[in-house]
Amino acid sequence: MDHTMKNRFIALYVENDVGVLAKVSGLFSGKSYNLQSLTVGMTERDDVSRMTICVSSDDVTFEQIKKQLNSMVEVIKVLDLTCVPVCMKEILYAKIKDLDHDGMDAVFRIAETFRVRVKDIGIDCLILECMQTERKNNELVALLKRQFHNKVEIVRGGPVAIESISTTDSK
Amino acid sequence: MDITGRKLFVKALLEEGVDTIFAYPGGMIVDLLDELYKTEGIRVILPRHEQALVHEAEGYARATGKPGVCLVTSGPGATNTITAIADAHYDSVPLVIFTGQVPQGLIGNDAFQEVDIVGMTRSIVKYGYTVRDRKALGEKIKMAFHIATTGKPGPVLLDIPKDIQTTSGPSEYPDYVAIRGYKPNESVHIGQLKKAYKLLKSAKHPIILAGGGIHVSGAEKELVTFAEKMNIPVVTTIMGKGSIPENHPLYVGNSGMHGRFAANIAVTECDVLLSIGTRFNDRITGDLNEFAPHAKIIHVDVDTASISRNVVVDIPVVSDAKLALSKMIDWAEPMKTDKWLAEIKQWNEEHPLSMPQGKSHELSPQCIMEGINEVFPKGIVVTDVGQHQMWATQYIKCGHDKKMVTSGGLGTMGFGFPAAIGAKIGAPKKDIICITGDGGFQMNMQEMATAICEHVPIVICLINNENLGMVRQMQQLFYGKRYEAVSLRKRVGMDTPKPLDPNYPEYVPDFMGIAASYGAYGIRVTKNEDVIAALKEAKKHKDAPTIVEFIVSADELVLPMVKGGNPMSEMILK
Repeated sequence: MDHTMKNRFIALYVENDVGVLAKVSGLFSGKSYNLQSLTVGMTERDDVSRMTICVSSDDVTFEQIKKQLNSMVEVIKVLDLTCVPVCMKEILYAKIKDLDHDGMDAVFRIAETFRVRVKDIGIDCLILECMQTERKNNELVALLKRQFHNKVEIVRGGPVAIESISTTDSK
Repeated sequence: MDITGRKLFVKALLEEGVDTIFAYPGGMIVDLLDELYKTEGIRVILPRHEQALVHEAEGYARATGKPGVCLVTSGPGATNTITAIADAHYDSVPLVIFTGQVPQGLIGNDAFQEVDIVGMTRSIVKYGYTVRDRKALGEKIKMAFHIATTGKPGPVLLDIPKDIQTTSGPSEYPDYVAIRGYKPNESVHIGQLKKAYKLLKSAKHPIILAGGGIHVSGAEKELVTFAEKMNIPVVTTIMGKGSIPENHPLYVGNSGMHGRFAANIAVTECDVLLSIGTRFNDRITGDLNEFAPHAKIIHVDVDTASISRNVVVDIPVVSDAKLALSKMIDWAEPMKTDKWLAEIKQWNEEHPLSMPQGKSHELSPQCIMEGINEVFPKGIVVTDVGQHQMWATQYIKCGHDKKMVTSGGLGTMGFGFPAAIGAKIGAPKKDIICITGDGGFQMNMQEMATAICEHVPIVICLINNENLGMVRQMQQLFYGKRYEAVSLRKRVGMDTPKPLDPNYPEYVPDFMGIAASYGAYGIRVTKNEDVIAALKEAKKHKDAPTIVEFIVSADELVLPMVKGGNPMSEMILK
C-alpha cells in the first residue's frame, strides 16, 4: 500500500437527477476527503450524467472513496482512471487586464509558446482560451500570476477525461 | 383506471405487508392519514414525538426483522426524526420513513413547514428522494422498501409533496424494481472464502469476533455450529451480543471499551482473527496500532465499504454472514485449540466480571442485572445509552431466545424506552424489558402516554443515580472529579459544599409520581433483597407499563474500562 498523497482520477456515471451532485460532493466534505476538482455533464444518455473527479489521497483512502461511491444508489458505475490511458483536458480562460504595449507582446509570446489561443482582445486586455492538461494549465497560471500580478482573472473548468482507444497515454 | 397518490400509498403499504405504521399527523400528510382511516389491516401508532416515533419503528424492526414504517409531516415533523434516522443508519436498521412535503409549487419558497429534509438527511440514509412525478410514486415506494431491507439494511426516506398525494395517476404497484446503481451482494467468492478458511485453519490462537451482522443476517445458529465444529473461541461486539449463548463454553465475552478482560486480551494475543459483521468501530479497536497486533485479519462483511476502512485486513470476504458461515461449516474440521482455550479461561478466572460490592444497604447494578436474568430468562432487553447500558452488556445473559437491542453506533440517549415500546408492539407475546437511566428516560419520557394508550405492558428498569453517570465517571476518573453539568437532581454539581434547601424535592422528578400520573405502575427499589420481588411483581402487569425504579449510588462505576484511544490491552480494572 502506498501512503503517499497523489492525485487520482475517477470517472463516475450517475443518475441524472436532482440532488445527485450534492450527494456526491457531500460525501467528500462529510468524510474529509481531499477533493481537487469535480466536473459534471450530460452524456449520450439523457438519464445519465458523467463526472470526472480528481482527489488527492493515499492508496487506502482512495480505495475507501471508490467503495463509498459504489455504495451510493445514485452511482451507476465507478471507473478508476488513475492508471489507464485517457484523453484528458481542462478548459481554462485567462483574462489579462491593464496591459501596456510590452505586456501585450509578452502575453502573445506566452500564448505562442503554450500553444493557446488568444480568444478575444481589447485595447489593453485580452482573453486566452487554454485547452490543455491540468498540469500545463497550472504552469501557465503560475507564469501569468508572476508576470502580471493583480492583472489576471482565471476561470477553470476542471479536467474532463475519457478512456483512450489506442493504448498511448495522452494524459 | 387512475387513482390518487394517497390511494396508491396505502395500496403499496398493504402489498408490502405492512401491519403497523408509526405516524404523527400534520398538514402535509393529512390526506395519507385519511386514507389510512379507511383501510383495514394497518395499525396506526401515534407516539408523542417524532424522534421517539422513529425509535419505536427501530424497536419494531429489530424485534420482527421487518422494516419499521414511519409517517411524519413536513418541516418540524421531518426534522425531529433526524437523530433517530442517524441511529438506524449506524445500526443498520431497516426503516422506511415517509415525510410529507409542501406542494411542489411552494418548494423553495420557505413555505410554512417547508424544509429540505432529503438534503438534511443525505449522509444518514441509505437512500433519500423527493417524489416529483406522480407516475413514479409506485416505483419509488417499491424502491424504498427494497433498498431498506436488502444488502446491509438501513433507513430510506421518501419525501412526498402534498400535490403528489392528491394527483391521479397509474394504479399499479410494481412487484419488482430494477435499480441499476444498487446491486446488493448476494453471493460469496468461494476462492476468497477458501483462502480465509485455510488461514484460519493454520492458526494456533484463532478468535472469531462476531458483530451485529450476525443478528442482521440471522446467522446465530450457523455461528455456533461453525465455532463448535472448529473449536474456536468467540468474542462478540456489543451489537453481536447474544449471537452465541453466554453460557456456551466457547464464549469469551464482549470485547471493547467496557468489554471483558479476557476478551480484549484474547483479541490482542490471537494470531488469526475472523471477524464477521462488524466494522471495527473505535470502541472495539481502541488504539488502532495496537489492535490485534499479532493477528492476520479475515473480515467478512456484506458491505464492501466496511472492509479495510478502519483496520487493514489480510483477507476480505464480501458476503452475507449466514452465507459465508454455511459454506465454511461444510469444510469445518476440529482444530487443536485446547491449550488456547485454557489460556483464555485462565484470564477469565484472573479477572472475572464482577462489581465491587459497596455498603450492604446500597443497591448494586450487578445485582439488578442478575435479578433481570433470573426473572426474565427469555425475551428482549432494550437498553438506553450510558452506564446502565454498559452494565447490561456486561451482566445481562443473552442467547438465541433472549435478545438485546441497544443503540450501538450512534449512542443515542432517549433510544431505549421508545424502542422497547416498538419491540413490544412488534412482538407482543415476548417479555420486553427496558433498561434505562434517569437521564435517557427523561429524553423521551412523554412516550409513557403512547405506552398507556397502545396498551404496551413493558417493564422499565430505571437505574436512577440522579446523574448523567457515564460522563460523571469520566469526570471522576480523568477530570479531577469536577462534576460539571451531570447532576440531574441538584442545581449545581453533586458534591457542592452548599447544603440543599430542606424544601427541595427529594426526587427530581419523582418517577413514581410520573408513573401514577400516566396510569402506569410504579415500584421503587432501594435494597438488593427487594430486586427479585419487584421484578416479579412488574412481570404480572399485562395492561400497562411498570416503572421499576432502582436507586443506585452515583459512585458506581462501569469497570473494567479502556480509556478512549488507548490500546485494548490496557484496561483499568479497579
